[in-house]
Formats: sequence, C-alpha cells, structure tokens
Amino acid sequence: MSLDFPTSDKSLSLVASHANLDAIQKIGLFLLTFGVVLLPLLFMGFGGTKRFWMLLAVFGLIAMGTLVHTFRTYQKTPPGIRNDNMVRHVFTSGGTGGWMLGVAITAFYTLYYFFPNTPPYKAYTALFDPVAKLFGHGAASTWFAYGATYTFAVLLMGIRAILRYRHNRYQIVRTLVVMAAQFGLAFMIPHILSGLNQPEFYPSYFWPLEPKSMWKNETQWIVIWSFVAVLVITPVLTYYFGKRWYCSWICGCGGLANTFGDPWRHLSDKSLRAWKIERVTVYSVLVIVTVLTAYIFIDRTSGVSEWARKLYGWFIISAFAGVIGVGFYPIFGTRVWCRFGCPMAAILGILQKFFSRFRITTNGSQCISCGNCSKYCEMGIDVRWYAQRGQNVVRASCVGCGMCAAVCPRGVLSLENGPRDNRTPEPISLTLPQKSGIQAAVRTD
Amino acid sequence: MRHHIIIGNGIAGTTTARHLRKHSSEDRITILSKESDHFFSRTALMYIYMGHMTYSDTKPYEDSFWAKNRIALVRDTVLALDPVAKSLQLKNGGALSYDTLTLALGSEPNKWGWPGQDLEGVRGLYSKQDLEYMEQYTAGISGAVVVGGGLIGIEMVEMLMSRGIHTTFLVREDSFWNGVLPAEESAMINDHIVEHHVDLRLKGELDEVLADDHGRARAVRTREGEEIPCQFVGLTAGVHPNIAFLKDHPVIETNRGILVDELFRTSAPDVYAAGDCAEVREPKPGRRGVEAVWYTGKMHGEYIAATICGHPKPYDPGIWWNSAKFMDIEYQTYGTVLAKCPDDERDFFWRDPEAQRTLRIRYKADGEQVTGFNLFGLRGRHVVCEHWIHRSATLAEVMDELGALNFDPEFYRRFEPAVRQTHGGVSTSSPVQKGLFTKIMRSLQPK
Repeated sequence: MSLDFPTSDKSLSLVASHANLDAIQKIGLFLLTFGVVLLPLLFMGFGGTKRFWMLLAVFGLIAMGTLVHTFRTYQKTPPGIRNDNMVRHVFTSGGTGGWMLGVAITAFYTLYYFFPNTPPYKAYTALFDPVAKLFGHGAASTWFAYGATYTFAVLLMGIRAILRYRHNRYQIVRTLVVMAAQFGLAFMIPHILSGLNQPEFYPSYFWPLEPKSMWKNETQWIVIWSFVAVLVITPVLTYYFGKRWYCSWICGCGGLANTFGDPWRHLSDKSLRAWKIERVTVYSVLVIVTVLTAYIFIDRTSGVSEWARKLYGWFIISAFAGVIGVGFYPIFGTRVWCRFGCPMAAILGILQKFFSRFRITTNGSQCISCGNCSKYCEMGIDVRWYAQRGQNVVRASCVGCGMCAAVCPRGVLSLENGPRDNRTPEPISLTLPQKSGIQAAVRTD
Repeated sequence: MRHHIIIGNGIAGTTTARHLRKHSSEDRITILSKESDHFFSRTALMYIYMGHMTYSDTKPYEDSFWAKNRIALVRDTVLALDPVAKSLQLKNGGALSYDTLTLALGSEPNKWGWPGQDLEGVRGLYSKQDLEYMEQYTAGISGAVVVGGGLIGIEMVEMLMSRGIHTTFLVREDSFWNGVLPAEESAMINDHIVEHHVDLRLKGELDEVLADDHGRARAVRTREGEEIPCQFVGLTAGVHPNIAFLKDHPVIETNRGILVDELFRTSAPDVYAAGDCAEVREPKPGRRGVEAVWYTGKMHGEYIAATICGHPKPYDPGIWWNSAKFMDIEYQTYGTVLAKCPDDERDFFWRDPEAQRTLRIRYKADGEQVTGFNLFGLRGRHVVCEHWIHRSATLAEVMDELGALNFDPEFYRRFEPAVRQTHGGVSTSSPVQKGLFTKIMRSLQPK
C-alpha cells in the first residue's frame, strides 16, 4: 500500500475540504462544467449578431459555477488553511488529470500566440467586438480578446483566493491589489489609451518585459517610463519591500499565478537540482535579452536587427512566458516562467538578495520540519531548510507571496522589512558559542 | 576512527548524527531504524493523511543528503544490546559493534488496558506504520471515535474530519486538555472543536471497544453505557517511552524512560539516550524528566554530539516552550504557564472579543516579573519572550515593549492597543510604529 495514493478519496471537488458535496456545491460544479463544455462553441464562429450573448452565457456559466461552488465550500468550514486533498485530487496532484489539463492549456496558448489568424481564433476574437467598441476600437484585436480573457480569469479566481484565504489579511490585501493591477494597469489603461489613438501603454510592464518600447521611436515617453521604472522605481521599492512589490502585487503573470493558478502552487519542484537549473536559466535569459536589447537599440534605424526582435518577442516573451508559463501550471506549478525565465524576476532577485530590507524571519527554534512551507512555495524554495536551522530566508527567487507563513502550523515564518544589519544571523546553536543579545529584527513597518 | 551508532531516525537520532558529522569529518556514523528508510517529520503525519503533502514531502532532507554526509542508513530491528561487548544484535543484519551508541527510540501510544483495545481497527498514532494502518482502516468508513483529549487526539480528529468521517471525540476531562491549558483557553478550544462539527464528549470515558463477528471494532461503549457505532477507534491517551526491549536490562537503568545524567549518559559506558525515550535524572526547575516533544529531541541530539566529540556541556534547555495547532487556532507557549495559577503568581489575560485570540502573561505577585506566556491565535516572537523571562522583565516593561512580541503576518489587526487597554488605560510610551506603506495598505483592507 502506498501512502501517497490512498484509495479512500471520493472527492471530485477542486477545493472541498470535506469529501461530501452538498446540493449547492454540486449545482456550482454543474454550472462550471457546463460552461467549460460549451467553451469550444466560442471558437466555431456562429451566432451572427447574437454571438456576444453567447460569450456572456458561457463566461457567465463559468463565473456563476465557480462562485456558487466556492462560496458554498468556504461557507461550510471555519476560516483557516484548507489544503485537504490537494496532493490527491485528479486535477491538482500533477497526475494524469493535470497532464491532460496542461496539454489542453498549452495547445490553446500555442495556437493563440502563433496562429491568431486561423478561423477559430478569429471567431473567438470577434466575440469581443462589442466590448472593444466601448473603448472606442473598431473591432477587437487578438490581444484585446486575450487581455479580456486573462483579466476575467484573474478577477474570478481572485475572488476565490480571497475567500479561501479570508483569515489572512496579507493574502486579502495582496489579492485585491493584484486584481486591481491586472484590471486597471494591464487592461483598462492600455485599452482606453489606444481607444483615444494613443499608444497601447501598459504601465506595469517595462523593460525587460516590454522590449518594444525600446525601439519604437515614436513613443519616447514610453521609453522614458521604461528607464525610470527599471532604473529608479524598481531599486527603490525593492530596497524597501523586496521583490514582492512587483512579482506578487503588480505583475500580471504573478497575478494569474496567484489567482487562477492557486490550486497548483504546490507542484513546483523543490529539489536542489531544480534550484541549480533555475540559476542557470533565469540569469542566462537576462544576459540574452540584455545583449539583444543593446543590439536592437544600436541598430534601431536600419532594420537589420529584425531577427533579434523576433527572437526576443516570440521566443522569450510569447513561448516562454506565455505558453510554457501558463500551460504548465497543472504539471510543474504556477511560477515556471517567473522562476526559470523571467528577466525582470532576475533583476529583482539580484536586488532582493543584495540590496533589500526584506527577509522571511524564522521564529527562534519553533520549526517542526513538517514541510508545509516548502510544499506550498510556488517558487520551489526549500523554506524548511532555513526554518529548521532557525535561519532567516533571503533568497533571490522569493516573490513574497506569504504562503509559507500562512500554511505554517506553528507560526514560525513572517515576511518582514527590517534593518539590513543582521538580516541573516547565524543558525542558533546550543552547544557552540553564540553572539549575545536579541537577534530578531523587530518589526518597523 | 570511531563508529557511532544511533538507534532511531527521528528528530533526536537524526540531529545526533548530523551534529556528529559537523564535529567530526572522519568517524563512521550509522543510523538504524525499523520504521522508515529515511528521516521524516513525524509531526507532519497528519498532513499526509489530509492530503496536504505526500510522504516524500515530509522528508526534511533529500535522499542524497545522507550519502553526501557519509551517514549510513540501515533498516533493521535491534533485538539485543550488549554494553560490555559493545555490540548490537540485529534481526536481519547479524551483529554490529559500536564505539558509542545513542538510543533515540521514541515513544509508543498508551493503552490503559481497555477491553477491546487490541481489536482490528483500533490504533494509536505515532509511527509511519500507525498512519498506514489508519489509512487502510478508515478507507470508506462513516464513523470514528477518538479516545483521549491531548495534542495527538485533536490532530487525529482533524484528520478524520477532513475525510468527511463523522468523529466522536471522547475527552475524559471536563474541558479539553485542561491539565495543561488554563480554563479560558481550554474553553475556547472546546468551542472551536464543536464549531468544526465534531461530536465532542467532555467527561467522556471509554469503557470497552466492541467487536463485530470478524473481530473488528464496530462500536465503543462509554462509562455511561452509551454505545457509539464506529468503524475505527483512535487511541490517543498520551505516549510513553518506547523502551520495551530494554526492560530489566542488566546494565541500562530505566524508570519511565532511560535514565540519563546531564550529559545524556546512561548507566552503560558510551551509551547515550536522546529524545522521547530519555529521562533526565535531575531535571532543571520548570522542566520534566521525560519531555516527549520535537524541540527537546532536537536539543538532546545536539548536546550528545558535542559530548561524544569532546566538547561536553551540561544540558541546559533554557525556558520551556512549545507550540501546537488546535484545528485552526495556533498555540505557542513560552516559560511556565501551569493550568492553575500558583499562589505566588498572577495572570494578565486578554481575549479578543471578536476573534479566537488570547494572550496570557503570568507574573510574580510581588515584583511583577513575567514568568510565562500563552498565545492563542497570535504569533509571538520566541527570542523576545525568552529575553523577557531571562532578564525578569516586569509586566509593565512587557506592555511597553509589546510591539516586539508581535510576529503576526503583515496587515493583521494588531493586538497591542487592545492588550494595553486591558492592562490599564491608554499607554503613553512606545506607540506602535507604522510606516506610510502600512497606512496606505491599511486603508485598503476590508473591515
């Protein structure tokens, strides 16, 4: 008999902490499933003038189903950490169901990014025409439809995340902000601007995530914003709050990971091997995009560097961030792109590691090595390694989502901004000589 | 090159081995276990059952760690120990000789001689095997009874409830764990247990476990004669040192546990005992001889390794501390907070009227020096509590410096203002520091 795959599990719910679903939960699941089953209809191009109602109906079913199910599920249990069944459920265990979902999402993404002009995607995009008209566009563009879908996923699953972590104010505030950032900064502002015949400007994305701004001569203020954001705002905010101000408060990739992707956060690989690979790949991407940017910038008038733009835009941003980043959620966890590829995360990580007041403080010797912190770390950090040594966690990759502190059953971990002196004191030893005095960073925020 | 053998790969044995390796790069180190191939976190067994983690997630070190640190892992059962020849008799692997031996044998669940306690479907929860048994015998069942209201009992209840199994919790005392917890905290936990739809029976005692035709538990009968149908019975009435194979040993002296001096030496030369199975002959004030908790096991291991490697230091565990989680309510305790306040001490007690959060500070009646802290639903800073107790800070000083205690996540409602108000009026010194960022974010947070 294997401990990892017990046979008694009868739950079909993504989130239920009790195996028994009641009628309301079942209705929610039914509506959700019905909506998902109808999704292909949106790609078939029929409906004529009624097609917008079709979109509303399908998205409405998915939203209703998710909300009914989620509200009812959390209504039935007192507030608290509810990770029951996460490693066993067909869709969240990283098993067959996860692979099927992963392949489906990856296929959807691949087609969306690389073949947006095929009939199914044209049909899907056209569904959003009435919404696009509200912004003053003639018709919806591929990226308008994509952005609307993305924002829908963040908002809907954001509500779920807030209900799920309703006992934890850090998670509530953070989720509200990340939802607002996606809705406002990454959807409303760019589309309102482009509706006014201004450049489609995404304030929350700048170099190295928004490379185009670097070689579009006609929009100089965007280039200036990009420089200010990465050279001034980023170091200052990272000094005070760590990488998290961007990765788990503002960024849309982080936003999707922490809302839509929340059921899969535990699937990240915690092994030393994965950490080694991560360090090689994430900094390699940073070097590559820096070189490409320099080349493109120097060459921006001649057009010779077209191949470099394609490599940057298609290969790194589309393939890595989009397809692999999201498609692999149900298989390798939610932060594959953020961890192994994102050049912005690499910059923030270096700043966090060496020039920041942020750390995760370990509370004395209270750790019981249970492993919840490591398991639910979406960045694959073996948090327990530090916690059980009584050592603070200062890692370049930590995005400060706060989940290690939330799932810890003994109150051992706390995200803190504090003086940089003694940010990572030596592990506590009972039998070796110790420096005297209090080693805690007393909270100053 | 000496050969150090450790029996038991729990936290005490593993810590001993790790620290032996830190002190000595050459010596041979072997860990024997009959329970598992690798060290895992016993305290995480419940999370495997509930599906929060897999078994391999509960291993604090990757499997390659042991070879890398040249710590040999042997899966076997020790049949006999000969301290004169310095050798062990193993069930499968013949004999092994040692230069030093550390006994880290852990505990076993108590069984108080209840009729039916050995039926099929009746089990305690301590080992990996216990969990596998529970997994097997609770598959698809509808009802369970847990007997014994302590830390493992409430964990087992939470585990069973997570599978949708109707669970009756028989607690002998008139309030949950009130031999350890003061009345107010204990009452709050009672409410919380009921809030989780557990059938809590205070003053509920087991009389007999009843069998069906196949010798499997089908119900329990309580002292009052009530029959509660169930298909699984969890026995969680405490644990005792797992020292059966040393019973009446000619050399190694035992009482409740294996008796050790302040360097963890047993009565046999070069044989040490650590963790749950060790009984300190002369415990320090405020400490007990047998302390079956994770943290002490970890400390013992560190001390033993230092002693074996020539840096002996008499055991000084410092103040008592412990932690637990009662369903959703976290509990931390620092210093000595007995259930009943001693005559020469007083209590400061605060309970959040809106949430399951309490803070108890015990202090001397004359002088008001603090001696202990109990926190429920709050996170306190370990070093700060230790510091206050060590330097005999007064209650007033603690109230002044209260912000240093707070280890709650950011944006949590701070308890300091309300606590200070309860203590006596509005505080004048050291107000809670708040930065601009916090103020902005606070204005955003839902009420």
